[in-house]
Amino acid sequence: MDTQFPILSLILWLPLIGIILLFFINRKNEQAIKIVSLLTILIDFALSIYLLFNFDYSAPGFQFVEKKAWLPFINSTYFLGVDGISILFIPLATLTTLLCILISWHSIKDMVKEFYLALLFTNIAMVGVFLALDLLLFYVFWEAILIPMYLIIGIWGGPRRIYSTIKFFLYTFFGSVFLLIAILYIYNLYGTFDYQYLLGRSFSFEVEKLLFLGFLIAFAIKVPMWPVHTWLPDAHTEAPTAGSVILAGILIKMGGYGMVRFLLPLFPNASEYFAKMILVLSVIAIIYAGLACLWQTDLKRLIAYSSVSHMGFVTLGIFSFNPIGIKGAILQMVNHGIVTGALFMCVGVIYDRTHSRAISYYGGLATAFPLYSALFMIFTLASIGLPGTNGFVGEFLILLGTFLSNKIVVVFAATGVIIGAAYMLYLYKRVFFEKPKEYLFGLEPMKVTELSAIVPMVFLVFLIGLYPKLFLDLMTTSVVQILTYLR
Amino acid sequence: MNVTVVLIPALPLIASFITLIFGKRYFKDKAHVLPVLSLFGSFILSLFVLYDVIQGRTYNFDLYSWLVAGSLKVGLGFQVDPLSAMMCAMVTSLSFLIHVYSIGYMHGDPGYYRFFSYISLFTFSMLMLVLGNNLAQLFLGWELVGLCSYLLIGFWYEKRSAANAAIKAFVVNRVGDFGFALGIFMVFYYLGTLYYTEIFEKLPSIKTAYIEILGYEVYVPFLIAFLLFCGAMGKSAQFPLHVWLPDAMEGPTPVSALIHAATMVTAGVFMVSRLSPLYVMSDEAMAMVAFVGAFTCFMAATIAPTQFDIKRVIAYSTLSQLGYMFMACGVGAFSAGMFHLFTHAYFKALLFLGAGSVIHAMHHAPDPNDIRYMGGLKKYMPITYATFLIASLSISGIPGLAGFFSKDEILAMAYFSPYPWGKAIWLIGLIVAGFTAFYTFRIFFKAFHGEFRGRSYLHGKEPHESPKVMTIPLILISIGAIFSGWLGIPESLGGGAHFQKFLEQVVYHHEVEITDHTLEYGLMVLSVVAGLIGISLAYLIYVKNPRLETLFSSNFKKLYKFLYNKWYFDELYHYVFVVPTFFLARTFVNLIVDTFVIDQTVNGSAKATTSFGSLLQRIHNGIINYYLWGIILGLILYFVVYYYLS
Repeated sequence: MDTQFPILSLILWLPLIGIILLFFINRKNEQAIKIVSLLTILIDFALSIYLLFNFDYSAPGFQFVEKKAWLPFINSTYFLGVDGISILFIPLATLTTLLCILISWHSIKDMVKEFYLALLFTNIAMVGVFLALDLLLFYVFWEAILIPMYLIIGIWGGPRRIYSTIKFFLYTFFGSVFLLIAILYIYNLYGTFDYQYLLGRSFSFEVEKLLFLGFLIAFAIKVPMWPVHTWLPDAHTEAPTAGSVILAGILIKMGGYGMVRFLLPLFPNASEYFAKMILVLSVIAIIYAGLACLWQTDLKRLIAYSSVSHMGFVTLGIFSFNPIGIKGAILQMVNHGIVTGALFMCVGVIYDRTHSRAISYYGGLATAFPLYSALFMIFTLASIGLPGTNGFVGEFLILLGTFLSNKIVVVFAATGVIIGAAYMLYLYKRVFFEKPKEYLFGLEPMKVTELSAIVPMVFLVFLIGLYPKLFLDLMTTSVVQILTYLR
Repeated sequence: MNVTVVLIPALPLIASFITLIFGKRYFKDKAHVLPVLSLFGSFILSLFVLYDVIQGRTYNFDLYSWLVAGSLKVGLGFQVDPLSAMMCAMVTSLSFLIHVYSIGYMHGDPGYYRFFSYISLFTFSMLMLVLGNNLAQLFLGWELVGLCSYLLIGFWYEKRSAANAAIKAFVVNRVGDFGFALGIFMVFYYLGTLYYTEIFEKLPSIKTAYIEILGYEVYVPFLIAFLLFCGAMGKSAQFPLHVWLPDAMEGPTPVSALIHAATMVTAGVFMVSRLSPLYVMSDEAMAMVAFVGAFTCFMAATIAPTQFDIKRVIAYSTLSQLGYMFMACGVGAFSAGMFHLFTHAYFKALLFLGAGSVIHAMHHAPDPNDIRYMGGLKKYMPITYATFLIASLSISGIPGLAGFFSKDEILAMAYFSPYPWGKAIWLIGLIVAGFTAFYTFRIFFKAFHGEFRGRSYLHGKEPHESPKVMTIPLILISIGAIFSGWLGIPESLGGGAHFQKFLEQVVYHHEVEITDHTLEYGLMVLSVVAGLIGISLAYLIYVKNPRLETLFSSNFKKLYKFLYNKWYFDELYHYVFVVPTFFLARTFVNLIVDTFVIDQTVNGSAKATTSFGSLLQRIHNGIINYYLWGIILGLILYFVVYYYLS
């Protein structure tokens, strides 16, 4: 194992090289800053694709494992590895950063160097979260991502950015404290942070419940589940496009990932004990956030609320304890990253041209800005789960899987599908249909950087929608493994 | 041969994509070439496949694995049997002709390429729907035709009413699909598969299955049938989800003919027939199908005579005819329902395209759809007139034309049905047959007879016949509107009922032996008389004595208003569903909970944190003495606590 090439470390730390290079580039030379960042992440993305293709999906357990001493005095190790659950998130994370660089190419004009530094730093933390198999290491990356995100929202955000970023920080930090306490408690019991060692260790039921709640609070806030979701609309609305894309694409996925990775296998009894509660909260999130979308007047806020609704499906699928539901949930996280990320990029494109996020400002864009309208339509359809797009596969598997374990919940959750169609098409109508407004003519056509960020998403929407097997097969072994802990 | 089957839907898909991407810049007014050619290809291939099936060769294969997770394994696959081969031939033949017609109808529209791309995409989706070999693919086609319907209803999206109608169609259909999806889940839960053939094999295992819902024991096959039927009510616009179809007339007329009359809206009937072995397991399910159909059939027939928009009248007539098809299914005569679906596709498409031809001629009028501006068009548009007459006679059930055979088949099967509600269904069907003839000939006489009333809008010009590219499809479809019924002439009239026997290889059928042929002929005469009464009444009111026109509306004001306003369903749904939903969204969700309850708690804690922070700030004042004191105090506290705990 030790002789193996440390590809995970390479993927994880490669952006650091970019960061170091950026320090040597004059801040006035913005073009060079952008190109260096782009190339760094492009290589990182290529490596993560290479990883994806070399992943053996039939083999159980973790692959490409790296384990080095890190903090020997507390028995914490630098322990990295991927399995069928995390493998999809590595390319998703690097892709998200890549697209953020492209979409910010022209729209970020102040403090360009700092912005790209923050993006590269975010990439390290995001990838780290999905690779770490040592609880302490995981926690470090989990927290580390707050710093660049705090800055990205707080510096390059909209008018109410300070309020939003503090709210975001306080919320998530509040959750993290419980996560840390729970991790420390586990360390006290077993003297290790080693995830693999802890798998299959049992706790007394009382302790297990408390630990479960400790982890849950952190994850639930990140997801975000109802009722701890109110930071998300604010953060999304005020964040710059890249910030929104990272939030939607990766940051809130960390919560869902944490649930599959830690809650189910480490605390199986507590998971089953609390499952009902989480299913109910998920259904509330789906319906409540969906209804909230109907009344939004702000483009980004609407999409942010739709995220809450979509993530409700994800938590529903995870706590179905059923391979179909869990696979659907993991795939839906990827889907949501793609679709909602793309929608935020689309909003960014139009915001850069008109500087308005008010839905009522628009109307008739289908006539005035046709290519853009077509792209937006594709993501709208994916968001409402039209068969043939990726959104359908995720939703269908989640609902079907959950139906096998709990029928009543699905009856309520499936109403979200109706509401979803209503609010997205209502949004589309208000922005793109009817008579075009005079001032919307003559908008600058979409730039190459914008198109190169958005068009690949179209490809992914249809690839996952029409041939999901490619992605679902990756998870099979690991999902089955997780489920063995539950029974 | 598998390749042939796959090519049938693939050709229009490819044409649609190429047209959408390159149409605007490169094809321009030639954008129709590729879709028309591809549809012609699909049509020819469908005929080959149909011939194969008639020879007894059927296909069932998966193209590739689509959804694979846990015990779920579903492919994108094709099942070619009498049912799907027949649908395929019908869809491609009509779609091809309507594509050709659209060359003339859509000429000069800025969205010309977009129209042909969408309508080809629709044809692809519809073919996927009918050719699929499992429920998941049925759902795929089901939703995709819904999407195309949405895109085409909202084709002229700059018009507010079109944009609203598009959303309404999609969302109302989603309500039905909600049930449809749950039905699919139920099938998978109880039978562990979504493939038709496997479902039918495993159906006996749920013969005695019950599920408890809110304390009631519900028969599982009934529940599944009901949930799936919700989807059919949406797609086939049956009560209570019928409200979207009349509004869907905002789309271009060829769309109304192809999607909202001939093909997509019949998907519900197709689905029920496809799953007929499931439906016949539960008498309650059959009764539900029959009465939902009968109610819609009757309701729509009462609304149609009060409307003035020629397309809306035909739309209500479609609702009504779809009701007939469900009535047939609900009395166990699935093949009769499919037969009516088949003939209806031709005569109803012909009615719509004829109306389109008229609208094309009337486009200078303030509302080209309003029959009150028309009149006397017979003189100016002889071909449209003749074909419209054929379609009207066909739908009215005049012997010899397609509609007669299929409608009579339904009425006879209802009357002789083994189900106790058969005779009631027959009676409703008979009454509505009279209504149908009346309102169809009402628009026929209003549009083509009498004096032309729109002259003042034509600036001295005369209305003119549509170009050949539109009239030739009309002529070709009128052949279908006459002869498609001849495929299923019953034995009592000297035919062989080939159509029904062909389908009964795959759809469920009761062995109904009609022994009393005198009674059968009597029923036939009755339904023809009902049709003739309707026509004569229309002639009396709208040609002979136009003063009678207001007889009903002025004497039964309340009832007339009720019918004119479509039984107030739109208003009812608006106040019962739309308004409360938005109210909930606005007050409850956004104002009360989010800003007050949740955020106040969080902001409260934020305030607490800030004040705690400012307290700490006072300590962090940079004076070393304070820090030292702090360290010492901290150490003392630590030791005290440590000592106390141990």
